[in-house]
Amino acid sequence: MHTDGYVLDLCYLVSSVTFIAGLRMMSSPKTARNGNLIAAAGMLLAVAATLLLSGDHASSEVLKLAIIIAGITLGGVAGWIVARSVKMTAMPQLVSLFNGMGGGCAAIIGLLEFGHKGGDAAARSVVAAGMIIGGVSFAGSVIAFLKLSGAIKRPFRMPGYNIVNGAVLAGVLVAAGLAVVAATSAPAYIALAVAALYGVLFVLPIGGADMPVVISLLNSFTGLAVAFSGLGYNNQAMLTGGVLVGAAGTFLTIIMCKAMNRSLVNVVFGAFGSPVAAAAAGTSIKGSVKDISVSDAAVLLNYASKVIIVPGYGLAVAQAQHAVHELETALAAKGVNVSYAIHPVAGRMPGHMNVLLAEANVDYDKLLDMESANPQFATTDVALVVGANDVVNPAARNTASSPIYGMPILDVESARNIIIVKRSMNTGYAGIENELFYNAKASMLFGDAKQVLAGLIAELKKI
Amino acid sequence: MEQLIAFAGSNIQMVYILILSVFLGVVVIGGVPSVLHTPLMSGANAIHGVVVVGAIIVVLKTDSTNYAALCLGFLAVVLGTLNVVGGFAVTDRMLEMFRPKKRRAP
Repeated sequence: MHTDGYVLDLCYLVSSVTFIAGLRMMSSPKTARNGNLIAAAGMLLAVAATLLLSGDHASSEVLKLAIIIAGITLGGVAGWIVARSVKMTAMPQLVSLFNGMGGGCAAIIGLLEFGHKGGDAAARSVVAAGMIIGGVSFAGSVIAFLKLSGAIKRPFRMPGYNIVNGAVLAGVLVAAGLAVVAATSAPAYIALAVAALYGVLFVLPIGGADMPVVISLLNSFTGLAVAFSGLGYNNQAMLTGGVLVGAAGTFLTIIMCKAMNRSLVNVVFGAFGSPVAAAAAGTSIKGSVKDISVSDAAVLLNYASKVIIVPGYGLAVAQAQHAVHELETALAAKGVNVSYAIHPVAGRMPGHMNVLLAEANVDYDKLLDMESANPQFATTDVALVVGANDVVNPAARNTASSPIYGMPILDVESARNIIIVKRSMNTGYAGIENELFYNAKASMLFGDAKQVLAGLIAELKKI
Repeated sequence: MEQLIAFAGSNIQMVYILILSVFLGVVVIGGVPSVLHTPLMSGANAIHGVVVVGAIIVVLKTDSTNYAALCLGFLAVVLGTLNVVGGFAVTDRMLEMFRPKKRRAP
């Protein structure tokens, strides 16, 4: 049929529009869910159209169609089951894993294309670019997944790490160049293997708290890889989808870096969190730290008229989002006005804390972002900091030499009382002391966030 | 260099799409509140799963007797579909929680 090609192009056009509209709608809380569904519908259209309208429908196609449909069934069922069963706290590593799958897919496509493509060096460069970036993204995402799920515990560093990385990256480019010039598959295999090695080395040294930035970056890498594949195939749906995600992902990465007052270069090449910087910054604080018992804290909260809860990474780790909501309800029942102040990078990814609290049925209206929360602290009786550290560290404002200097923080200091729920006096991921703990208005409530919150609820019921 | 110019020239529409999409990508998610960063990242992640289209094309193009390539192509389709289905499903699960809730009686 002669018009098949045009129909296919039109289908891709519709898909591209759904991707754009979907992303736009996902940027607003009211339309977000529909946006996701619209993009998914567009995706279904693109896949169905490709299956039905491309190819030459010869008898040899049957085997291939069977292979494709088997692949879609297997991947679809597995993806659905994993996505539906995983815990909300495990979301960041899951996003990373799915991202890696996309990267791996792009890498394989590139590899196979090297067997197909003929003479044109420029076309081969495009294929090679998609393959390499896909390979880096795949390997990097798998490492990020392992790190976030706790299989790899600590950042791995060695002297001259950046030099080794640079050498490996150069190796990738040389092998890819050879593959393009020689037009054979052998250097392509080597290029892909070295690219995967680079992905591993790229993510290994990055600290746990920086993983969100890295996942976002790898997400845009995969987008880029898909865009190159699309360019190679002259496929508009792949191109639009890939570039959109590449651009949006890069933009998101920059937003995240800004919220932490770090440059992308700093995250990737990491001067931050090194022992030297931590030691230099941690020596100047004098004063004593005050403890508070669970029952005293409960009394303080009980007689407050306004409480702001500041949840952080520690709350996510302790999976205490349900407990914190229970505490909020218990306080609200006693007439206390309770809200939450959410720092842009609270949790493990920007917005992750909101997802966690939403899962625990916390009212969307009770979540204040940093701009609207900060003026409220002055009229707050108790600021309850649960598992947050660097995002409430006044050093970001007062100490020019501090590595987090300049990072916007929550203005917890201006509350009348500050209760800090924390496992120990250990420093946060920035590795620096927090003078907030030594503030005269602050008291420390040591313990696991979930247990402490359960204790507070029990005490509140007795009052 | 000449080859690159020739490639860009003969695919000029694609180059246009590429460049305009970069701007579009930034503008489209501009103004996103930080509460939606995680679902947005996940949704964008699902969208680049469109790579599965490429996986389908590469299998269709592969020689039916080249079993090694067919196996790799199968793997590509599986990975791509995992990206798409998993990505959209997980995003939907996150966004489901942002639904306005009915207030419970006190």
